[in-house]
Amino acid sequence: MIALIIRRFLQLVFLLFGISFLVFSSMYIAPGDPAAVIGGPTATESDISAIRANLGLDDPFLVQYARYVGNAVQGDFGYSYQTTQPVADAITVRFPNTLKLAIASMVVAVIIGIITGLISALRQNSWLDVSATTFALAGISIPNFWLGAILILIFSVNLQWLPVGGMSNPFYTVEGLKELVLPAITLGTGSAAMIARMARSSMLEVIRADYVRTARAKGVREKNIIWIHTLKNAMIPIITVIGLNFGFLLGGTIITEKVFAINGVGRLMIDAIAARDFPMVQGSVLLVATLFVLVNLLVDIVYTYIDPRIKYD
Amino acid sequence: MTAAETVKLKEKKKEKYWVATVKKLFRNKLAIIGLVIVMIQIVMAVFAPLMTSYDPVKQDLVNSEMPLFSEGHWLGTDNYGRDVWTRIVFGARISLVVGITAVSLGLLGGIVLGLLAGYYRRLDAVIMRIVDLLFSFPGILLAMLIIAILGTSLVNVAIAISIWSVPTCARIVRGSVLSIKEKEYIMAMRSMGASDLRIMVRHILPNASAPIIVFATMRMATAILSTASLSYLGLGAQPPTPEWGAMISQGQDFMWSSPHLTIVPGIAIMLTVFAFNVLGDGLRDALDPNMDI
Repeated sequence: MIALIIRRFLQLVFLLFGISFLVFSSMYIAPGDPAAVIGGPTATESDISAIRANLGLDDPFLVQYARYVGNAVQGDFGYSYQTTQPVADAITVRFPNTLKLAIASMVVAVIIGIITGLISALRQNSWLDVSATTFALAGISIPNFWLGAILILIFSVNLQWLPVGGMSNPFYTVEGLKELVLPAITLGTGSAAMIARMARSSMLEVIRADYVRTARAKGVREKNIIWIHTLKNAMIPIITVIGLNFGFLLGGTIITEKVFAINGVGRLMIDAIAARDFPMVQGSVLLVATLFVLVNLLVDIVYTYIDPRIKYD
Repeated sequence: MTAAETVKLKEKKKEKYWVATVKKLFRNKLAIIGLVIVMIQIVMAVFAPLMTSYDPVKQDLVNSEMPLFSEGHWLGTDNYGRDVWTRIVFGARISLVVGITAVSLGLLGGIVLGLLAGYYRRLDAVIMRIVDLLFSFPGILLAMLIIAILGTSLVNVAIAISIWSVPTCARIVRGSVLSIKEKEYIMAMRSMGASDLRIMVRHILPNASAPIIVFATMRMATAILSTASLSYLGLGAQPPTPEWGAMISQGQDFMWSSPHLTIVPGIAIMLTVFAFNVLGDGLRDALDPNMDI
């Protein structure tokens, strides 16, 4: 187990180098001169040359990349072209909102997804199953930015139960929780649908296994069969989907933050792309991608704990 | 049995397989619903100018923000007086064109990389590490990174989505190639002196087509949804292009007075994505229920 974790961490280091290389080179080949952007429309040729020299933009690509990685591991991701604020500071301020949203959506997705999938499997072919399957299909097909808009229309505009957007209060206050409800449902619905589909098929598979039949024949109570014999074994593929979906949710926060005007990393990224603020794009993409691979690593480790038969070569 | 008879028998078997597949697909009610919706969308996209008498971008401020079922505008008009039905119909064209372009390019890249990785062991490690690297990004993030380089436009959205599709397709094709290349008939072709290119294109690829068809159908759903999402974020279609995601983004400003501007394009996206998803599900079940996609 420890050997596996060490090996996966070593692979992670290489992967992170790969990600940083891809992100850095993407911005390097992007059209437009960063020095001209920083200098602004009034900058002269000599001003732009001075900025280029100052930022080391005349250095060879690999030198610039090595400098970027060297600074990045010390938490320095450069400065925004737009605001001249350090990228790390801008991300640090906004990251808690993104994380809060991703975790809240994951909680919504896991609770709704597993319960729906379980009910669907345990009452196969009943109206409950049909409703749950329809929900799952609809959940996958609904654009989350549209769902967000509709939820705002119903719960904020018409019923006035929940705020239209923003995320300024701590999550442990009533106001903070109210702010989280709609964005979490908006973002979590798609993942809930995927988890429900997987939970249903995984439960149906396990429920027909020989050892479950044996347990039933031995007179084990149905509740114990479900909770002890079935659920743990059915959880392996479900955890895979949950893990993969956390990455999906991290990506999804970008859109949900825009719908609900939440000041998070996703919105920062969209604004940075629109303004071609490359250091900001680099920093935020790098952060989200790093989190994504870390979550995947965590999922891999959890697998081996839940199912010790799994061994990675 | 002569060689000609063997070939005939094989062709008959192949025909039977496809007939059985189509029959199985037509037994799946949801897949049929999906197929019908997709066909309707194709008809809308192809015959868009015949399905409406209005221009999708021409403004008519006198008739702005007309509600649903107004005279001459059964889906109402937007804040610039443009007919919503017209914009939905032309939006179908945009969604399909961008979706087909993105999926085709993604398939092309994925099939080439998957074939090479599966067939040549030496290339496998290199290609699959690149694929792993691309998998390190949530899809929408990868698309945004590509748009950050190329700039905001629908063409760039199609390119971004196609690049995002490459790693998944490459993995699927590679998996199929790895299992097919060890089959006896491939070894027989090799011993008869067939070139690698011929073996890959004529013998391996057709046998790996089932998972590719399913992937392409389901990826159409993702591509259409992603195009709408990116346009909603302002990174894809720009005003006044009648793209569904952009329409929702513009309609959101008028949610209080004209909620239909948000609701109608959303339903269009949802129905289309639903249709491709259930059709993909149906195809998977019909082609091979054990397929792992």
